[in-house]
Amino acid sequence: MIETIAMYMQHALVRRALIVGVLIALSSSLLGVTLVLKRFSFIGDGLSHVAFGAMAIASVVNLTNKMVLILPITVISAILLLRTGQNTRIKGDAAIAMISVGALAFGYLLMNIFSTSTNLSGDVCSTLFGSTSILTLTKWEVWLCIILSVAVVAIFIFFYNKIFAVTFDENFAKAVGTNADGYNLLIAIVIAVIIVLAMNLVGSLLISALVIFPALSAMRLFKNFKSVTIFSAFLSVFCSFGGIIISILGDTPVGSTIVAVDVLAFLICSLTGAAMGVNK
Amino acid sequence: MSYVTVKDLEVGYDKSVISKKLNFKIEAGEYLCIVGENGSGKSTLMKTLLGLLKPIGGEIIRGDGLEADEIGYLPQQTIVQRDFPASVEEIVLSGCQSRSGFRPFYNKEEKKLARENMERMGIEDMAHKCYRELSGGQQQRVLLARALCSTRKVLLLDEPVAGLDPRVTADMYDLIEGLNKEGITIIMISHDIDAAMKYADHILHIGNDVFFGTKKEYINSETGSSFLDGQKRR
Repeated sequence: MIETIAMYMQHALVRRALIVGVLIALSSSLLGVTLVLKRFSFIGDGLSHVAFGAMAIASVVNLTNKMVLILPITVISAILLLRTGQNTRIKGDAAIAMISVGALAFGYLLMNIFSTSTNLSGDVCSTLFGSTSILTLTKWEVWLCIILSVAVVAIFIFFYNKIFAVTFDENFAKAVGTNADGYNLLIAIVIAVIIVLAMNLVGSLLISALVIFPALSAMRLFKNFKSVTIFSAFLSVFCSFGGIIISILGDTPVGSTIVAVDVLAFLICSLTGAAMGVNK
Repeated sequence: MSYVTVKDLEVGYDKSVISKKLNFKIEAGEYLCIVGENGSGKSTLMKTLLGLLKPIGGEIIRGDGLEADEIGYLPQQTIVQRDFPASVEEIVLSGCQSRSGFRPFYNKEEKKLARENMERMGIEDMAHKCYRELSGGQQQRVLLARALCSTRKVLLLDEPVAGLDPRVTADMYDLIEGLNKEGITIIMISHDIDAAMKYADHILHIGNDVFFGTKKEYINSETGSSFLDGQKRR
């Protein structure tokens, strides 16, 4: 088996996929805790559908560089969703449902009407489940992924304490003069960037899993924010690396394999947590 | 000049006024209780005082060297906090966020301040415990320690004893009284009129009738005596 891995490692393609996969996994896990606890996970889900719609448009107009279109559309949607969701929760929920389902429908419609591809359902499937896109990234996309991941990690570290404060108690943060709305906006933009990144790795339908599972797993085992964050980052990297290797060896789709490993890790963490009596 | 002077203040959400013209003053070192029926706008008033909501009419004037970020706040607990994975120390430290400004990490001085306030609240031995595993009274102490990290002058407390059992409630009131004796100005919303009458020196009653004055004036006033009677009969 090791020989097989070593053989694959000689391909620049595989090495690239591993580097990008690990970086995306790292950055996507960081905001997981915030997303889960702030009840923002639905925004993540909605945005992933928007990203799918944007991807469809990009394919239709035949952009070679799809990220140029997907990234700004998703970021703008994140800002808009946050705005509508801020004051009245129910209205925000409905808005997200509308936008996400609408984007999904229009995306598929556009691809159906205008696509020149002979294998349409294959195209759609790979956008939704990210089957092989991680292995077919261009050099430019790889660099963009690396730069954006590093930026996400840097922003997270720099604003770590503020993100904690705003997540734990927004009203208190505002009352003592922290610009909570500004940080919420920052969080939303970073989420949008993460989603666009993660779309390359696991496809737009499975993104939420990549963001949320490591955080939930870590919360089964650890009791403070710092440990939860560090462990979920570590777990996410481990699961993605493992998932990519398994998918190469077993010839399984990359995205769903990674998510399956994440789910497995969650089960193991839950059982361990219960056995250790962490969450009484 | 007073710490806070409120003139003809109208508070509410989305332009619908909940409580009409309020006029009152808070001097340094006072203990003010805000009382009134449910839905009379007590929490809304507090959020307006904190700057979380914009006043619909009138004005709030800060004076006597009180800066906007020198106010400590003990909010009511939120659902999010109930399953938040955070240690006591992390939460108390987050009270220093206004001091640290754009600096990404807390410095030694801020960590020392957090430690001192944990000792003050008697929770220093729980520093590494998980917040969600503490009892209700302990959680309130943690949030109070956090509030103390952000102020040396004024504390705003929104129903600090909600959901606590009688013994812990009494401890909490003693703690707050102690802080007031140390010179911290207390502004507290309370459903517990007995405690308000025991500890406060000034009362602000809002609702259909508005009253502001010392405790003695309140007992003798029409608003006060009818409200107190009503509470006793229940």
